[in-house]
Amino acid sequence: METIWFCLVAVMIAAYVVLDGFDLGAGILHRFVAKTDAERRAVLASIGPLWDGNEVWLLAGGGTLYFAFPALYASSFSGFYLPLMMVLWLLILRGIAIEFRGHLQGPVWGPLCDSVFCGASALLAIFFGAALGNVVRGVPLDSSGYFFLPLWTDFSLGGDAAVLDPYTVLIAIAAFITLAEHGALWVAYKTTGDLEQRSRRAAGRLWWAVAAMVIVITFTSFRVQPHLGESFRARPWGFVFPLIALAGLILMRRSGLRAFLASSAFLTGMLTSVAFGVYPYVLPSSGDPARSLTIYNAAAARYGLQVGLVWFIPGIALAAGYFVYTYRSFAGKVGEEPWPGK
Amino acid sequence: MDAVTVHRLHFAFTVTFHYLFPQLTMGLALLLLILKTMALRTGGEHYHRAARFWARVFAINFAMGVVTGIPMEFQFGTNWARFSRSAGGVIGQTLAMEGVFSFFLESSFLGAFLFGEKRLGPRAHWVAGFLVFFGSWLSGFFIVATDAWMQHPTGYLLAPNGEIRLQSFWGLLLNPWLLWQYLHNMIGAVVTASFVMAAVGAFYLLSRRHEAYGRTFVRTAVLAGAISSVLMMFPTGDQQGKNVAYHQPVTLAAMEGLFHTVNGAPLAIVGQLDLDAQHLDNPITVPNALSFLTYQRWKAEVKGLDAFPPELWPDNIPLLYYSYHIMVGLGTIFIAVMLLAALWLRRGALYTSRPMLWTLMLALPFPYIATTAGWITAEVGRQPWLIYGILRTPDGTSARISAGSALFTLIGFMGMYALLAILFLFLVTREIDHGPEEL
Repeated sequence: METIWFCLVAVMIAAYVVLDGFDLGAGILHRFVAKTDAERRAVLASIGPLWDGNEVWLLAGGGTLYFAFPALYASSFSGFYLPLMMVLWLLILRGIAIEFRGHLQGPVWGPLCDSVFCGASALLAIFFGAALGNVVRGVPLDSSGYFFLPLWTDFSLGGDAAVLDPYTVLIAIAAFITLAEHGALWVAYKTTGDLEQRSRRAAGRLWWAVAAMVIVITFTSFRVQPHLGESFRARPWGFVFPLIALAGLILMRRSGLRAFLASSAFLTGMLTSVAFGVYPYVLPSSGDPARSLTIYNAAAARYGLQVGLVWFIPGIALAAGYFVYTYRSFAGKVGEEPWPGK
Repeated sequence: MDAVTVHRLHFAFTVTFHYLFPQLTMGLALLLLILKTMALRTGGEHYHRAARFWARVFAINFAMGVVTGIPMEFQFGTNWARFSRSAGGVIGQTLAMEGVFSFFLESSFLGAFLFGEKRLGPRAHWVAGFLVFFGSWLSGFFIVATDAWMQHPTGYLLAPNGEIRLQSFWGLLLNPWLLWQYLHNMIGAVVTASFVMAAVGAFYLLSRRHEAYGRTFVRTAVLAGAISSVLMMFPTGDQQGKNVAYHQPVTLAAMEGLFHTVNGAPLAIVGQLDLDAQHLDNPITVPNALSFLTYQRWKAEVKGLDAFPPELWPDNIPLLYYSYHIMVGLGTIFIAVMLLAALWLRRGALYTSRPMLWTLMLALPFPYIATTAGWITAEVGRQPWLIYGILRTPDGTSARISAGSALFTLIGFMGMYALLAILFLFLVTREIDHGPEEL
């Protein structure tokens, strides 16, 4: 039962990263690939009706995590207090910037909104990457299962633990580059003309950086968290996840929708590889291994998890249905005019 | 300030600011649906345009509710970790259900509702509007269910390690506290939306612009407002008061400023609380009325604060007493204003009665104040408990988060929300200024 919920939460988080990932990535590239006001509006139009729904996956994923693994939710959210609060502020700023871009035109407010949108998107990608790095590396859990990490101490590895150390910064940079690539492929798929060409070129160049990062982070992750290697040695069928990621990485060289889907597969493959490698831990302890949070000691009681399965499966199927509906209604390339109604 | 106080202020500030928006979202969703229904029935452009105007206001308001709502879910984990850990197995259910059942529904169909009118056609567009309404009211249900459980826990089991486990799913969702609290809250949202729509309509009529729309807004809002204001008091407010009387008698005593147990307790209308001397200054009371309202007998015994040990008293009795009286007082005035306006409407004099239109316009902030006061009554009244009778508030915070860290982020939220408030007022006044006419 705990394993089922571990998988469901992992799927929710992967769905969030794939979906909100492309609009974060589009935000990162926004100021660089779109040169004119019309092009910038086209980038926004490509995510306009979708980003809000994508962000719902973060909320629903968080809710599911809370429900299934309350101890994990309590420990990680309080432990990463400051970075999470900053994530909230960035989400607010980014949301305002997108919404206001539709209401305010002109040479002053338009570019301001663009810059806030771009900066907040980039920082969010970096924060999410750092968070993932922390979960893989482990945190200094105390005997009651809590911890508190400052953002930084002296940036050294293995010394006084902080949210940012060389390993987590590396993962943060990798997340930034990967989501930029994901966003570039989305913008290239959704737009036309010069904008499409520039996005495609950006995606082509970023691909090499992504490929290089994959090699570096794979190598360092297995060094930093030995449990990853143990998982793959104990259950070799798990190599299917890195293989999905690898296939995605290779197919990303294509163009249009296929490249975007390949990038989605790549992200899913990477995240599921991490989940598989970390399992059954959900928050490893960097000190005494016995203090680690696992799916067993962090899960809610059995009855609640069983009842939850009854409503969760139809509920999420409905949600997926709405998503298919929404994405179909906004399928195809966007024109360079703002989306209808704005 | 100690850490517990900062954590409480942190949640109180962010949730109070947040709830300014969903109350209009939920109430306006219903009024929008009424306008859309009228549009379908009359077939003319007038109601369609009226609905489109309010949909634009709705969209801005909705976005504010979303961006201020995300921090609420996060704060359970960030600031109230020990509470989350012990109660997550129960309230995680309702919070996760809100995410899965309401948020996806709302966000998907709001997009269709705002951007898809042409493509969907009038009937499918009505359905999209209905689903937005349904999603937002469902969302309200899950949140009120969470609060109702904290007010009056049901369907749970205390494990030896202090963990609170879900024992009965239906016990959680069919909590007797929940039904009246939910209805009271949702009808309150309709009251807010009615006053907002009436205020905008009155503004148009007084300034002699968009007068056809002004009349539609005032008429729709006064009818909805008259019905909802009455329902607010009876039966929902009355039943909610009985819930408090039966399940939290010490809270009732504090709300009413009743220090001593008496047979035939009076109802205080106004009066200032003197905690040290244990009496009300400058009181105006209705003899025996509290006994009658609570137990339907004029001479029934109502327990005063002296019947309970002080460690069970709510920790901020004056705030509780004043917020409760502000809520009830304003609620009573709302009934009077809306019934009078409805009477004027029936006599055909409302659209030209300047005093009445001025009253409706200037009444705009008061439902927000009443709603906020109502929630303060509920949440301060629950003290000193975080989960009534099970977990005390100081035992629920994140033990590792210092007062300094929490104050830093509280100040951050204050700055961020000040910016949000300015942007919101700017955008909404721009929409109101632009009006429902389409160029």
